[in-house]
Amino acid sequence: MSALSEYVHNIKDTVSTIFEGMAVTASHFMRKPYTVQYPDRMPVRVQDTLPFRYRGILEVDLEICTGCLACERACPIDCIVIVADKDPQTRQLLLSQFDIDIAKCMYCGLCSEPCPTGSIHHTTEFEGADYSLESLIRRFVKDPVMAYKPKKGPETDSRIAPILNRGMTYLDQWAQPGGAKPAEEEPA
Amino acid sequence: MQTLIQNLIASGAFGKNPRWDLAAAITVLVMSAVVFLGVAFPFAGIVSWVERRVWARIQSRVGPNRVGPQGFLQWLADGVKNVCKEDIIPDEADARLFKLAPYLVMLAFILPWAVMPFSSSLILADLNVGILYMTAVTALTVVGLLMAGWASNDKWSLIGGIRSAAQIVSYEIPAGLSIFPVVLMTGTLSMQGIIRGQGWAPQHWFLFANPFTFVAANILYISALAEGNRTPFDLPEAESELVAGFATEYSGMRYLFFYMAEWGNLYIIGAIITTLFLGGWQFPHVTNSVVAMNVLQLITFNVKVLFLVFVSMWIRATLPRVRIDQLMTVCWKYFVPISFVNMIGTAVWVAIWPDGNAAMGYIMFAGMIAFGAVFIQRVIYYLRRSRMEVYFNPTI
Repeated sequence: MSALSEYVHNIKDTVSTIFEGMAVTASHFMRKPYTVQYPDRMPVRVQDTLPFRYRGILEVDLEICTGCLACERACPIDCIVIVADKDPQTRQLLLSQFDIDIAKCMYCGLCSEPCPTGSIHHTTEFEGADYSLESLIRRFVKDPVMAYKPKKGPETDSRIAPILNRGMTYLDQWAQPGGAKPAEEEPA
Repeated sequence: MQTLIQNLIASGAFGKNPRWDLAAAITVLVMSAVVFLGVAFPFAGIVSWVERRVWARIQSRVGPNRVGPQGFLQWLADGVKNVCKEDIIPDEADARLFKLAPYLVMLAFILPWAVMPFSSSLILADLNVGILYMTAVTALTVVGLLMAGWASNDKWSLIGGIRSAAQIVSYEIPAGLSIFPVVLMTGTLSMQGIIRGQGWAPQHWFLFANPFTFVAANILYISALAEGNRTPFDLPEAESELVAGFATEYSGMRYLFFYMAEWGNLYIIGAIITTLFLGGWQFPHVTNSVVAMNVLQLITFNVKVLFLVFVSMWIRATLPRVRIDQLMTVCWKYFVPISFVNMIGTAVWVAIWPDGNAAMGYIMFAGMIAFGAVFIQRVIYYLRRSRMEVYFNPTI
């Protein structure tokens, strides 16, 4: 290639490549940004988009807690502290403390597996940032409450029934690796 | 500006019997101050926000959008942050020169505003060597940058300063030579004179006067970007090699001064190109009111300048940084010879058609429209190929 033709070729190359490059960037300029503006400018809360079995921060429904201490025993790092005593007068189990230290919790889910009623369960909540370790301890018992006693038949108390229903659904889903599917969706 | 004041005096704005010299002088001073403080500095700040938003959109991001409506006050927040920062002067630095350097760079940014032709009467000083003055004072930047690099007493700063000196001095030559064709055609160096030599219609702009001026305009724009340390040529502050180049040792407001000058220089680059090649403030004569015409001209001028500012952001988001030897190759092997060809070509052209070739203007303008059409077609091709949602709304 002679020097002059190389010179002209270089100029042509420069102009045409810059032309194409500018066209590509101009096309990008008209596209919608990919950015997800978490957390305050989301179309829906992220928590609402997560699956039911998502292992977020633990929560306890005290209304259906039987006080069996199965979760406390299951916890490999002892982040659950439960104090349950027999009330000498009513001869019933009285829960006076139910603390979960979220700072210690490793979200293994071993506590929610043995729970007979699905009282202790993971939520889809994951935003736990706080200013001190102390405030990360979730204290579920404000005033001592009676432990729940499972009944023979279906639950009759209209206040407790939906909570128990939810807990049992949670347990069902937890027991099956793919999550419990409605019967009609089972493969034939 | 003087013309405006004289027009105002003649039209009786200062009273029937104009003995209001003091008022006139104060008006000039206040308007100068308004131009400097009310236009130049906020422009530099706002451009930094616009630039970040434009890059962000080109990179499919959102950019700063939290401070104020759509992040518009981001530049104020950055400014306040930098003012509050500690001003560190290294022990080993030459303190006096170190402190002086940012002001010299700012000076080189402020001085060109004196001959900025905003409209037919809105110009602080219509020097008869306007464009020469413009190129001369913008080249002052090199003194400030070299001083900053030397006074910092730091290898990175020094290399950055030397690189910027080499770059600015080299690119002054094609830039100066590219101004020549226009001066040949108008026979004047005055900013207003050059603008008056053009018409409002694109085919009467010097950009389309002949093929040589078209090439000259492109060379001048690229050289001006190189002189302003803009991205394809931002070697003096190449962060992968030199940290921040000449500004490495600077902090706080002094650091910001360099970047304010860099962003503000975008307007000056755009103004030079607009004045020389894009018809400046020329607007069809639609009204006899002097004030209304001036406002229209001001808007015309700023639309053209801001378009060029946008193009420079677009280029910055598109092109990667060139190597130092490539930078010098582009300047000395390509721009300088082509500029000489332009100069001689324009001289021959002017000798053949002393009043310009009217047909050529139309042909070149038509060619430019065809070029633009091909470009838009390519953009549509890339948009279709990506199958992405098209989103023209600047807010998100």
